[in-house]
Amino acid sequence: MKQQHPLLFAAVALIVSVAGCAAPAPAIDYDAATQQMMKSSFRDQGIATVDRLQQDEADAACSKAQGAPLPEAQRVAIEAANMKTVRMPSDGQFLGDWKVGEQLAQNGRGMTWTDASTATSSNGGNCYNCHQISKAEISYGTIGPSLYQYGKLRGVTDPASPAARPIVEYTWGKLWNAKATNACSGMPRFGHNKLLDETQLKNLMALLLDPKSPVNQ
Amino acid sequence: MARILWTGVAAAIAASSAVVWAQQKSSAEGIAEYRAMLADGNPAELFEAKGEALWKTRRGPKNASLEACDLGKGPGVVKGAFVELPRYFADTGRVQDLESRLLSCSETLQGISAADTAATPFGRGEQANMEALVAYISAASGGMKFNLPQGNPEERKMFELGKRAFFYRAGSHGFACASCHGDAGKRIRLQELPDLTKNPGNGIGFAAWPAYRVSSGELWGMQRRLNDCYRQQRFPYPGYGSDVTIALGVYMGVNAKGAESVAPSIKR
Repeated sequence: MKQQHPLLFAAVALIVSVAGCAAPAPAIDYDAATQQMMKSSFRDQGIATVDRLQQDEADAACSKAQGAPLPEAQRVAIEAANMKTVRMPSDGQFLGDWKVGEQLAQNGRGMTWTDASTATSSNGGNCYNCHQISKAEISYGTIGPSLYQYGKLRGVTDPASPAARPIVEYTWGKLWNAKATNACSGMPRFGHNKLLDETQLKNLMALLLDPKSPVNQ
Repeated sequence: MARILWTGVAAAIAASSAVVWAQQKSSAEGIAEYRAMLADGNPAELFEAKGEALWKTRRGPKNASLEACDLGKGPGVVKGAFVELPRYFADTGRVQDLESRLLSCSETLQGISAADTAATPFGRGEQANMEALVAYISAASGGMKFNLPQGNPEERKMFELGKRAFFYRAGSHGFACASCHGDAGKRIRLQELPDLTKNPGNGIGFAAWPAYRVSSGELWGMQRRLNDCYRQQRFPYPGYGSDVTIALGVYMGVNAKGAESVAPSIKR
């Protein structure tokens, strides 16, 4: 066998070396290698299971962009797809109780592997971790914009009025799925990802928009 | 005893910090004062002493010490090793951080199973020994500047993978490392967040770990730091010494080039 094909071996060697000259080392597919690394590095722990590593289109695109703006067409498409997920409140009422909303805004719990349940009732809104909200709370984060006087600054005097409707619906959409209006928003998609239920979202809405809320004083 | 003492001190200082805030001093100033007071007598020294003894003590099925362990600068060389990790090791064919390297050395030299140690909960058994060892080894590079090697293709590959892991958004909240550590001057509540996409400064971010945590009385290595980051990120559980943790170490360590290490530092 060996003796019959010396030329073949030489030819293969030549082709390989020529190909090697034309294209030095094959480029590493880093995106595929990253997926492989993520898959092999994590395991389930409690409620935090490895299926969480699966990215939807928005998370995949924004990860890949590494903080840079998305191409315009992609941004528009992602925002449109996320806008379709926004569900307005079933009874048409947007505002609940701002006092309960304040407690929810203070609560940073939920969805980690040390939390017992994925039920919305176990989750907080995490709001103060990233936003200034009421003036009284000085321990607030700065990753997101200040929401102090959120409703007042937008001229909301009666949240139930037709004049307030656009800002009320916009705010509901932000809480439900922030990527509907900002493709690579860093804010969790509270409604879309079933982190908070309708009643909880209404209470946060009241914290932001009720003229009686301390946020709007 | 040390834990009780330090918890008490922390509570007292936290209370005085509240007074400081009430006196209209900025919260950042209050926290800086608190940290300065804490740094005067860092209990991490107790872990360093234990770690040095562990390094030199014959242990394990092979009844050997770790003194022949090559941390990257030759067998037994401890000083200067920490500020060049993670790096590539020819004997394992892997890029390794300090903790995954210690797993290898402990298995090879002492016969202590790396898999068993990796599966042990933080703070217990061999993991408690690991805390002491990383305190000792990091302290031996105190004040030195980070300078991770990138000459090996595997080291450069891990940097690229670490960068992608850093920006990898997923999970219930869609968070990535970059959600909190991708910009300068941000906070969660009052906690300032280092920008880990660049060198955030001497003794900040990557250059501040391992660290003694006053709140829990524990010494956390980088593996535990990353583990708790991923918990708060709402991700599943990263394996101890898994590739993603090492890739992130390479990314943060290369970005921190020139930063002085203050490890083991002290944290609230």
